[in-house]
Amino acid sequence: MEAAHEVAMTKPAPRRRGATAEELSAQQREISVSEFFAKNRHLLGFDNPRKALLTAVKEAVDNALDACEEAGILPDIRVELLQRSETRFKVTVRDNGPGIVRKQIENVFGRLLYGSKFHRLKMSRGQQGIGISAAGMYGLMTTGQPVLIISKTHKKKPAVEILLKMDTSKNRADVVSETEHPEDDGIFADGHGTQVSIEMEGKYQQGRQSVDEYLDQTAIANPHARFTYITPSNETVEFKRGTNELPPEAKEILPHPKGIELGTLIQMMERTERSQVGGFLQEEFSRISPSVSREICEKSGITPRTWVKQVGHAQAEAIYKAIQEVKIMAPATDCLVPIGTKALLSGLLKEVKAEFFTACTRPADVYRGNPFLIEVGLAFGGELPKDELIRVIRFANRVPLLYQQSACSSFKAVLETTWKNYGISQSRGSLPEGPIVVMVHMASVWVPFTSESKEAIADYDEIRKEMKLALQEVGRKLGIYMRRRQRMRNEGERRSIFERYIGEISQATEAITGTSAKRIYDSLLKVAKKKTEEADAVLDEEGRRVKDADPLQSDESVIILPARAAEAPDDAAAQPTRKSSGNAGLFGDEAAPSKARRKRKS
Amino acid sequence: MARTTGTAKGVRAETLGKINSLGAAVAKSALAESDPFVDVPMRTITNTSYNEARRLLQMGDATLRRNLFNTAQARKFMQTVLLSKGCKDLLEAGKTLSLRGMYYKSLHTIAGTNEKTFEDQEESDGILEDIEVALATLRENLHLFAKKRGTMVGNITIVDAGDTIDCRKMGTGGYAIPSICEPSVIQFGKCEAKFVLHVEKDTVWSRFNEDRFWEKHNCILTEGSGQPPRGVRRLLYRLNKELGLPVICLLDCDPWGHYIYSVIKQGSINLAFESERMAIPEAKYLGIRAADFERCGLSNDVKISLNDRDIERANQIAEYPWFAKKKPWQKEIQQMLRNGFKMEVESLITKDISYVTESYVPERLKSKEWLD
Repeated sequence: MEAAHEVAMTKPAPRRRGATAEELSAQQREISVSEFFAKNRHLLGFDNPRKALLTAVKEAVDNALDACEEAGILPDIRVELLQRSETRFKVTVRDNGPGIVRKQIENVFGRLLYGSKFHRLKMSRGQQGIGISAAGMYGLMTTGQPVLIISKTHKKKPAVEILLKMDTSKNRADVVSETEHPEDDGIFADGHGTQVSIEMEGKYQQGRQSVDEYLDQTAIANPHARFTYITPSNETVEFKRGTNELPPEAKEILPHPKGIELGTLIQMMERTERSQVGGFLQEEFSRISPSVSREICEKSGITPRTWVKQVGHAQAEAIYKAIQEVKIMAPATDCLVPIGTKALLSGLLKEVKAEFFTACTRPADVYRGNPFLIEVGLAFGGELPKDELIRVIRFANRVPLLYQQSACSSFKAVLETTWKNYGISQSRGSLPEGPIVVMVHMASVWVPFTSESKEAIADYDEIRKEMKLALQEVGRKLGIYMRRRQRMRNEGERRSIFERYIGEISQATEAITGTSAKRIYDSLLKVAKKKTEEADAVLDEEGRRVKDADPLQSDESVIILPARAAEAPDDAAAQPTRKSSGNAGLFGDEAAPSKARRKRKS
Repeated sequence: MARTTGTAKGVRAETLGKINSLGAAVAKSALAESDPFVDVPMRTITNTSYNEARRLLQMGDATLRRNLFNTAQARKFMQTVLLSKGCKDLLEAGKTLSLRGMYYKSLHTIAGTNEKTFEDQEESDGILEDIEVALATLRENLHLFAKKRGTMVGNITIVDAGDTIDCRKMGTGGYAIPSICEPSVIQFGKCEAKFVLHVEKDTVWSRFNEDRFWEKHNCILTEGSGQPPRGVRRLLYRLNKELGLPVICLLDCDPWGHYIYSVIKQGSINLAFESERMAIPEAKYLGIRAADFERCGLSNDVKISLNDRDIERANQIAEYPWFAKKKPWQKEIQQMLRNGFKMEVESLITKDISYVTESYVPERLKSKEWLD
């Protein structure tokens, strides 16, 4: 391992007299992965106590969600932050998943790079299988306390409680103690699940990049999950489900030839059980038919019958080059499970107090042979702050990304979208301004992160392009809504002006003519409604009235809460004012009252 | 619609009828579910024409339609109906109110809002003028009057609401000219006066009164506190028309003085519909003249510089059709503009306290040196 070598070299012997190769070799030894990460914990998101706390929760919750979904269980997850002292916490995450069988517990929680996710191409939250064990290791290093795991796999089977202590030099864990719970210990309401508790050094602070924010956003992207969060101040926060539908299970796919590198290709050839090159290409990759396989082989100067074992480095390189040249079908995209417009909306709806919601799921596309798809949700108005920059929340495979916003492809895509077109103000080179939350989700079998701590999505042209298209789509709908809202406000303002005076007019007219004030009032009220509707009717190109002028009405990707729109603080211009002259042009004109009034001496 | 004349009772019935038909039109279009409106004749210079033959201003036919269902007009429409109702109440009760009284009578908070029916009296006054022209009636017929302004003294006896008033015995204060000077209220008695001297304001009037000018020169002395109100104009008109007294004006040498003269002579743009019963085409302008600064040998202290607004206004007045063809007036205005300053009547006091009453006016009256 390259990294290990590098680390070994960082502690060279004193070189005053020059060490011999033999002496050096005595100091050169393999270092374990665990040891490597113990020294480079910032790569995994444990760089400071605040972030460490968040990362631990995040890894545990990600695992819990993945486990539940794979077992087809609606996730019900409980997160507890127990504050032991200013800088010490006990993080406990409990799920209602299938539990973990006894013999796998040490592997899952005690070894880095152990897991079911690294070796396959399947959409899932965790990718490398580093997370939860790294959290356990961090806890052990900072507090000396082992990780406590309770797992129950079946209603009828007792839960197992295990204290696990990591041995960093061996990349495995030692069991400190093991006890069996009675069957009815009552920890897992559903009769199965996993609970992990880690004692660790940490720092709790609310606001951006906090555990709270992470759970908020996770709840948005996972409306099928229920979360119970017990804060360090012992308050219980509930995140209810927005839907009872589990997302369909993601399919596992073979790597696409265009997505692999030469080294990977050579490695695959070393490991394959196929004996001939043709079979190897067809069986180990997706989208390679016998004819494509033949074409690749011809281009690289071998035949499909060539033995894999006989392919040398030069030939492998030729195969790699041929793969780039040959036309190969794009990978199947049914391996991707989008959150879906409906679920996105339900997630936003329950966690964001806005008045307008829209969402968009783009068709799948491919970057470097990896299928991916982009989803964008947008919430506007309501109780969202008006005079701030908009908030961008980012997700990769339903996991919120809280750090390194500006390095993320999604952030750049938001910047590059021309929000002014949708009635939102935006200064050059900065985020737009307004009561908006934009959510960008990338679903992929392999999300290209800029670092191991999975904080920002790497900036591939294909990815950014898809993000922009999705943002434009929700932007357009927002634009329509903004115009409609303005129209509604204008209408309301006009109607209220008319209705305000109708009462006075009816009574005075009754006093003059004897005609019933109520009759006059009722008639005038009818006219007021008719007039405001007419003024606000949208005409088509030929000047005919468009019956259903609101394209948002029948759009399933849009939710509008008029009550919140009404409660939202008014724009200065939309405030109904008595001395209104702004809309005079709609009906004809008369100078504003203040100007028309003449100074007289009488 | 013809202007109202005739007996008080007949006038009242006619005015009530007009208010009723305004209300009926509103009720009718409301019940028909259409947009109620009131047509208000425009009181602007564009809708005012100068009748050269009769030498007075007349209002044209242009009207402005005031609709309820127009955001810019809704409030004014409401006020129009509300004040019409207020006038009807007055007429039915047989009482009169001042403009301010009517403002208070109709002032209240609109139900369900914190908006008042009127923001200030000015808003109400404007609407009352609209009603006056829209109904083709007069303020007096709506039983409304304005704040009293203007004073009179001189060789005349009048009867005001039955009280005989000898204007020769009015002391230092003079007779306060009422807002309504219709024949039904004021009748003329014995009159020796040969002309009327109308001065711009109270201070100058007091000088003339103290010096018993009216006695020495056998005239009537009036003032209108600046732009004379309708009562003063109506009284001057009646003195001119009914008693045949020439009206001679002594006003400031500035655009505002010139316009006061213009209003007395031809009528005002704002109240062009009343010109026929107020304008005095024979009225004369005695002074102050632009040339008086040199002719009377006044000191530099009396000069008041013309500001931009004065200059603009002077040019406007010069272009009014009733001034445009009068060479002496064009010369007068041009000379004032050349001077670059204006002068008030009081400036003559710098020569001598009674210079204006003993020398200036008598000399000009004798030589008939005035502008027409």
